[in-house]
Amino acid sequence: MTAVGEMILMKGNEAIAEAAVRAGCRFFAGYPITPQNEIPEYMSRRLWEVGGVFIQAESEVSAINMLYGASGAGARCMTSSSSPGISLKQEGISYIAGAELPAVIVNMTRGGPGLGGIQPSQSDYFQATKGGGHGDYRLIVLTPATIQEMVDLTQLAFDLADKYRNPVMILGDAVLGQAMEPVEFRNKPVEEIPPKPWATTGWDGSRPRNIINSLYLQPEELEKHNLKLQAKYKEIEKNEKRWDTVNLRDAEVALVSFGTTARICRSAMEKARAEGIKAGIIRPITAWPFPDQPFEDALKLGIKKFLVVEMNYGQMLEDVKLAVNGRGEVAFYGRAGGMMPTPAAILDELRKLVGRGNR
Amino acid sequence: MQVVYQRPKSLTDVPTHYCPGCTHGIIHRLVAEVIDELGVQSKTIGVAPVGCAVLAYNYFNVDMHEASHGRAPSVATGIKRVLPDRVVFTYQGDGDLASIGTAEIVHAATRGEKITVIFVNNAIYGMTGGQMAPTTLVGQPATTAPGGRKVERAGYPVRVAEMLSTLNGPAYIARVTVTDPGNVVKAKRAIKKAFQTQLDGKGFSLVEVLSTCPTNWGMPPAEAIKWLNENMIKYYPLGEFVGGEEAKSE
Repeated sequence: MTAVGEMILMKGNEAIAEAAVRAGCRFFAGYPITPQNEIPEYMSRRLWEVGGVFIQAESEVSAINMLYGASGAGARCMTSSSSPGISLKQEGISYIAGAELPAVIVNMTRGGPGLGGIQPSQSDYFQATKGGGHGDYRLIVLTPATIQEMVDLTQLAFDLADKYRNPVMILGDAVLGQAMEPVEFRNKPVEEIPPKPWATTGWDGSRPRNIINSLYLQPEELEKHNLKLQAKYKEIEKNEKRWDTVNLRDAEVALVSFGTTARICRSAMEKARAEGIKAGIIRPITAWPFPDQPFEDALKLGIKKFLVVEMNYGQMLEDVKLAVNGRGEVAFYGRAGGMMPTPAAILDELRKLVGRGNR
Repeated sequence: MQVVYQRPKSLTDVPTHYCPGCTHGIIHRLVAEVIDELGVQSKTIGVAPVGCAVLAYNYFNVDMHEASHGRAPSVATGIKRVLPDRVVFTYQGDGDLASIGTAEIVHAATRGEKITVIFVNNAIYGMTGGQMAPTTLVGQPATTAPGGRKVERAGYPVRVAEMLSTLNGPAYIARVTVTDPGNVVKAKRAIKKAFQTQLDGKGFSLVEVLSTCPTNWGMPPAEAIKWLNENMIKYYPLGEFVGGEEAKSE
């Protein structure tokens, strides 16, 4: 494998897989679905080399439950899938969240609903950030926009999962999974993972029995458990909001976008500036917890217009509206079903929003 | 005075929630005795199901993991693959294993996962109140099979031990019952063989235990035992199907 600091050309899916191995992931279970197949394929070769385990499960349902067991037993573990497969995993994700276990779940989103298609989409934002499965729980959701960021955020995903004993989702899309870019593995491979005294490793009487569980039949106890989870989510909200901004200082309008779409917005921003529309970009990196600070900053800088651009019909839009809370105008432009917004189309929406330009 | 009979170390000292006359208690005890006798309490991890045994994590005095409905074999697979030198068992009912969890049990078996499955078959959904199970006998009444299970409406009951015996992954599969002392002794022998199979690294092991459910069958305990002996064993013959001295039916 490549040395630390060396640049190599990698496909997004393979970069995530290698980053996971380097982050100490030693258990992967998955099931084939396009467009994420390179992740299990890579893992099926690579994990055995480092003494880990790869299992091609009989279904996504089984795969996520294998993770539930492997995580309970103390391993750093990951699964990956794409939209319909992620839907199948939701019950297991809820159990993992309820039992407070770390796990990393990758969604290389494709168009939906139903069987949908295999082209890129961002239409699983609601599913990722608003629950997905049953019960009151939260996933930490990371939204990379480049292959390099997929590498960096994968390492972060494992660290956050362990730190908060909470599942973390890497929300990508078919473009990020399939595209190739030069990447650098900046960190040394993780040799030792944090201790997990709660893991079911066998009870010899030297500690209380460890029980991995999310069942609380007494309502008082279940409420207490929920309040504990909520306190943890507050802590995550306080510590883990991440975002990037471009050219806000002199901007009159902010494009708001995540993942692949944020890169298209960058081209649109440059075109807009070339014709005198001062556009900037707010790019959430954590979709949950949603970063509200850059919106406060933008409003303080006098930016009153926001154009949200997504590959869906307005999902992150709702979080942006909550953050802006009536203090500015929030417009939306989206394509979906595997169709992508073009820089020209975004530019046109910007012109409409600011009321000038080459229309 | 010499103590000749006591609670196994691998059972906790708490009253169980099981109904009077239910055979879960006997089966729990047999599993715990086997864990004690093999000296593996400190390296055993149990996986509890959804169903009547959902609270088994309170009763087995080992590290425990509560699975979602039907997925215990997948959870056990995850644990065993991460900790291959530990002993991992699941304890599942017939709704859990033979209905919602058929994919998981079949594939854990065919992968030859080195886990032990205790499959308690009482031919009914107990915890939810007596609905038809995949193992409910033809003609047997259930709250969702009023007047008894009819083939034209609900098809036939599943024979799990026989079905899994067609696969190459299992190293030991047996069906036993616990309706009298002789059968209890045989059941314990089978459970011990199953755990020993795992310790020897031979492959997947499963013991199906025919069990009574007096509450949901609507019978006094003694009558339930008689009903099991007269009806269930005819459809679900006892014996070792894989890995026995001879794969014979008794």
